[in-house]
Amino acid sequence: MPELGPVLLTLVLAAVTTVLLLFVGTPLAWWLAHTKSRFKPLVEAVTALPLVLPPTVLGFYLLVLFSPNSSFGSLWVTMTGSTLAFSFTGLVIASMIYSLPFMVQPLQTSFEAIGREPLEVAATLGATPRDTFYSVVIPMSVRGFLTASVLTFAHTIGEFGVVLMVGGNIPGQTKVISIAIYEHVETLNYAEAHVLSAGLLVFSFVVLVAVYALNRKAPLNVG
Amino acid sequence: MSDKPVLSFKFRLQLAEYKLALAHDMALAGITALFGHSGSGKTTVLRVLAGLEEEADAYVSYDGEPWQTPAPESVFVPPHARAVGYVFQEARLFPHLDVKGNLDFAAKRAADRTTGTDFETVIGRLDLEPLLERRTEALSGGERQRVALARALLTKPRLMLMDEPMSALDPRRKAEILPYIAKLPQDFQVPVIYVTHSVDEVAYLADTMIVLSKGRKVADGPVADTLARLDLGPATGRFEAGVVLDAKVAAHDPEYRLTTLDISGQTVQVPLVDAELGAAIRLRVRARDVILSTQRPDAMSSRNIFQGQIVEIIEEAETPFAETLVEIPGGRLRARITRRSAADLKLKAGAEVFAIVKSISLAGATTLAR
Repeated sequence: MPELGPVLLTLVLAAVTTVLLLFVGTPLAWWLAHTKSRFKPLVEAVTALPLVLPPTVLGFYLLVLFSPNSSFGSLWVTMTGSTLAFSFTGLVIASMIYSLPFMVQPLQTSFEAIGREPLEVAATLGATPRDTFYSVVIPMSVRGFLTASVLTFAHTIGEFGVVLMVGGNIPGQTKVISIAIYEHVETLNYAEAHVLSAGLLVFSFVVLVAVYALNRKAPLNVG
Repeated sequence: MSDKPVLSFKFRLQLAEYKLALAHDMALAGITALFGHSGSGKTTVLRVLAGLEEEADAYVSYDGEPWQTPAPESVFVPPHARAVGYVFQEARLFPHLDVKGNLDFAAKRAADRTTGTDFETVIGRLDLEPLLERRTEALSGGERQRVALARALLTKPRLMLMDEPMSALDPRRKAEILPYIAKLPQDFQVPVIYVTHSVDEVAYLADTMIVLSKGRKVADGPVADTLARLDLGPATGRFEAGVVLDAKVAAHDPEYRLTTLDISGQTVQVPLVDAELGAAIRLRVRARDVILSTQRPDAMSSRNIFQGQIVEIIEEAETPFAETLVEIPGGRLRARITRRSAADLKLKAGAEVFAIVKSISLAGATTLAR
């Protein structure tokens, strides 16, 4: 029987990360889609960094940041009484940074595809900008939100390097599936590694098929 | 709605090719055409009035209430608070909502505005009942614009702005929606500013017009007077230049399929019109369809001959042509003739002439409920 702990922990981590990133990524993507600020390329580059950086580099800097010896880490300790490194909370923060582009880029594309016209129409029909966002932008970006959420979720499940650096291998706290597989392979326990790997493979495949199928069926023609 | 609210605007904007410099005060009533060639700045004017150009250095006030002022005060009433209905060139219906959803979107947000027309009346007058449950992609171009029109009306607007709402439609669809637009001021008690580059649409719809050319106002006034002005050639377009005449249906002749129209005592005949006896019809006569003669012509195929007096001739030095304005009972005609003919016939202001009209159009549609 495979151990369920890492599986559950992984799902919870991915779900929490996705939900939190929806709140962080949506305004950021909206800003990027509509700003004329000269800082836009800068912000876009920072957002895309996790795509190109080796996870170990990201993990290394996060580890330094989370350390109680750093100002951020010590502030966290005084505020919450616990450290971020090697904790579930630390893992969530790391995952959010690591998966940020997977949330922001599909949303930004989706917002840009809507264009200014529907927003202008909504304004002339008496809708405030906030009202317009909820009643026009979100319904017209259903596909974008779906794609962004699923990609974020799946990407977080597959995360390894960053977790290894900032999370370690604490059962129930930071021991996610990818770490568990690594550990099984290290200890030559291939049977267990097979079960978890196959499970992850099938799960990822099913999720992606579902996304593409939904995308095809969604009745919205954005743009 | 208060009696004839005054709209004032003044702006100086740098557009791609030239400066838009415009100042105008107008008592809003009926339909005002904002007329000009494409690229003359018409759409920009409409967008500023609607509040879609926040960065524009513009002054706009409606009935004394400032909507937009330049720096340093920089008043800006956002579009959603201006109570202006806007009909765009393309219908721009929301794709995620059906027809009823699109209409409800506007109605819900105008729920606390007290003046204006209620949902059932708007739907009824625009004959939208059968379309309510339809998806927007399933509508024809004309139907889409009718829904867009209803949606704008449901915001209970104090002013309707329409940006060439028929430019994407074929002639049949145009004829279908034109009567609805013509009746907007009476049916919904709302003044309309209507942007167009079609003289036909101006002739059929508008009471007054503002002529824009390269970002400047070159004329404004009642449609009949403005279209009769010879000096506006480049702005109104020589090919389309012409006048409008008001006529009444005097008789129908089903055998020859002709209708006789009465223009202040003078009669003309046109192909059978679907209108009751006595109905008022607006006619459009193009300058290129009028021939001048110094003697009463007989034995002619045209049945529409007016006796009149030349008021003005403008010879266009760089072209073979001369623009002529002829006073007739009940109005004026414009004739575009060659300078050579003007010289041969010794035409000059004050001369008595006969104007033969080759073709009369009923200003875009078969009937006109004015």
